[in-house]
Amino acid sequence: MPVVAPDKSRVRHAAERICDGFVAEGAARFETDILLSAEVLLDLYGEDIRARAYVTSDPDKGEMMLRPDFTVPVVQYHMQGDGAPARYTYFGEVFRKQEDHPERRSEFLQVGYEQFGDTDPAEADAEVFGRFSDVLAPLGLRAATGDIGILIAMVDGLSTTEDRRAALMRHIWRPARFTALVKRFAGLAPVPASRTALLAAEDPMQDTGVMIGLRSEREIAARIDALRADAAEAPMSEDEVALISAVLGVSETCPNALEHLRDIAVDMPGLLPALDRFEARCDAMARRGVDVENLPFEASYGRTSMEYYNGFVFGFYSEARPDLPPVATGGRYDALTRRLGQGREIPAVGGVIRPDLVLDLGGLP
Amino acid sequence: MTIKLGVPSKGRLMEKTFDWFGARGVTLTRTGSEREYAGAVEGVEGVDLVLLSAGEIPRELAAGRIHLGVTGNDLIQEKLVQWDQKVEPLAALGFGHANLIVAVPQCWVDVDTLDDLDGAAAAFRARHGFRMRIATKYHRLVRDYLRRGGVADYQLVDSQGATEGTVKNLTAEAIADITSTGETLRANHLKILDEPPVLESQATLFRSRVAEQSDDERAALRGLIDQLKV
Repeated sequence: MPVVAPDKSRVRHAAERICDGFVAEGAARFETDILLSAEVLLDLYGEDIRARAYVTSDPDKGEMMLRPDFTVPVVQYHMQGDGAPARYTYFGEVFRKQEDHPERRSEFLQVGYEQFGDTDPAEADAEVFGRFSDVLAPLGLRAATGDIGILIAMVDGLSTTEDRRAALMRHIWRPARFTALVKRFAGLAPVPASRTALLAAEDPMQDTGVMIGLRSEREIAARIDALRADAAEAPMSEDEVALISAVLGVSETCPNALEHLRDIAVDMPGLLPALDRFEARCDAMARRGVDVENLPFEASYGRTSMEYYNGFVFGFYSEARPDLPPVATGGRYDALTRRLGQGREIPAVGGVIRPDLVLDLGGLP
Repeated sequence: MTIKLGVPSKGRLMEKTFDWFGARGVTLTRTGSEREYAGAVEGVEGVDLVLLSAGEIPRELAAGRIHLGVTGNDLIQEKLVQWDQKVEPLAALGFGHANLIVAVPQCWVDVDTLDDLDGAAAAFRARHGFRMRIATKYHRLVRDYLRRGGVADYQLVDSQGATEGTVKNLTAEAIADITSTGETLRANHLKILDEPPVLESQATLFRSRVAEQSDDERAALRGLIDQLKV
């Protein structure tokens, strides 16, 4: 099915206008290349990004990717500078393979707005959300919000081993795998026969036979030791499993979600600092005029998107056109600046708007 | 005009395909010299034989340049996005059986499931500083399978042949490849994960959903399908 793109010059014009609005509010214009080194992106997002991004090759530089988003280049640009707080806006093409949705565009424009180095995260989150909300207000979109920071705090606070917490933390962004691990750690899932046999074996290393490959005998033995140590641990309690489901299931308006999560935190005090941040953000949003009373909050929102968000997350959707991807998405990604900044971390929050979808929905006045 | 039937151009796959059609009263033969890829069809009207590499048949079906084609469903599913909208499987031919599987070194006594593979991959990346390499030529199918299986911290490295040797040669830690008996795997000190395969494949007759047909061609296709009873 051919994808009818709105006239590109109109999309570009719409993008420019949104961008100019951000400039008028103090953001600096940012420009970057379309061809990016694949290595950094692959390291960050893992192999799955190949299913979404176009990979090509340069005779000298090796694998390159057509820009799948601006986040990595804008973070790299900012981290190379003096680190002083800054705001950027940009627009340009991004490219995404649409294997599962061939009817969606694989080349489109994004307009972005990013804030780096703010000292008050609640205020910065509220400001970014408020700006996107203001720009998109004429379209009457439904907003979705979440907070990956609450999920991270939940995993951090579990009364289980560090290895189990690390395994769960690694899979926060893969909900099915996360749930499977919770069940495993709670003893609610059957142990595969191969695992039982391995744990029962007197000397499993005796069966290794010919050693081939880079993964050494010591690494294999170390993992067996870790599996044995884990098997000797008490299972996670049913109460804790129930608390995890309760947190993940929270989906109501922000004030109700906060109240619900505070109830859960009575038994899961590790959540409290993250909930204080959630509350501060709600207050800051209300001061900016956001209708927080009716703003939806879903604890699991943002879990299936890219892994770099580690705090507030948001998206704007058209209820009239549920077939369309989100018109705008964004969130907080301090952890990404840490990974790209060689030890330095800078608070960062921002988002992107798709001007082509804005036009599909009738455009901005 | 005639209906174009694409068949693998050499080897056992070609012979078995000829046998399968022959048993149903449609005689396929190669014509001309041994090296010439030309063929003839007897027993049914209006059908041309096109001899092609099995790997090219999915693309030709999806482009509508052939109406029918015989190839493995592994190749169809790897090469065609939303394959079921482009081709329709008419009959499994009962040969060319092979599974696409993930295999790891036999010496990895701690790895038998995808859960193990993921655990080993996490430790491997922490220890070696790069993501565990899995050699394959079936990138899409394998990536999708590993994503559904919740495996992270791996990378696919392309291997178009002799994939079983990559582990020993230290260019990959594990492989994903087609196997029928598993003998080559065992000979290379590899074992198949104790999981459902990525894909179970066999030679299959496909119909292109996109190839255009005149009335004559439609009749010829109907005639062939009736004759084959598929």
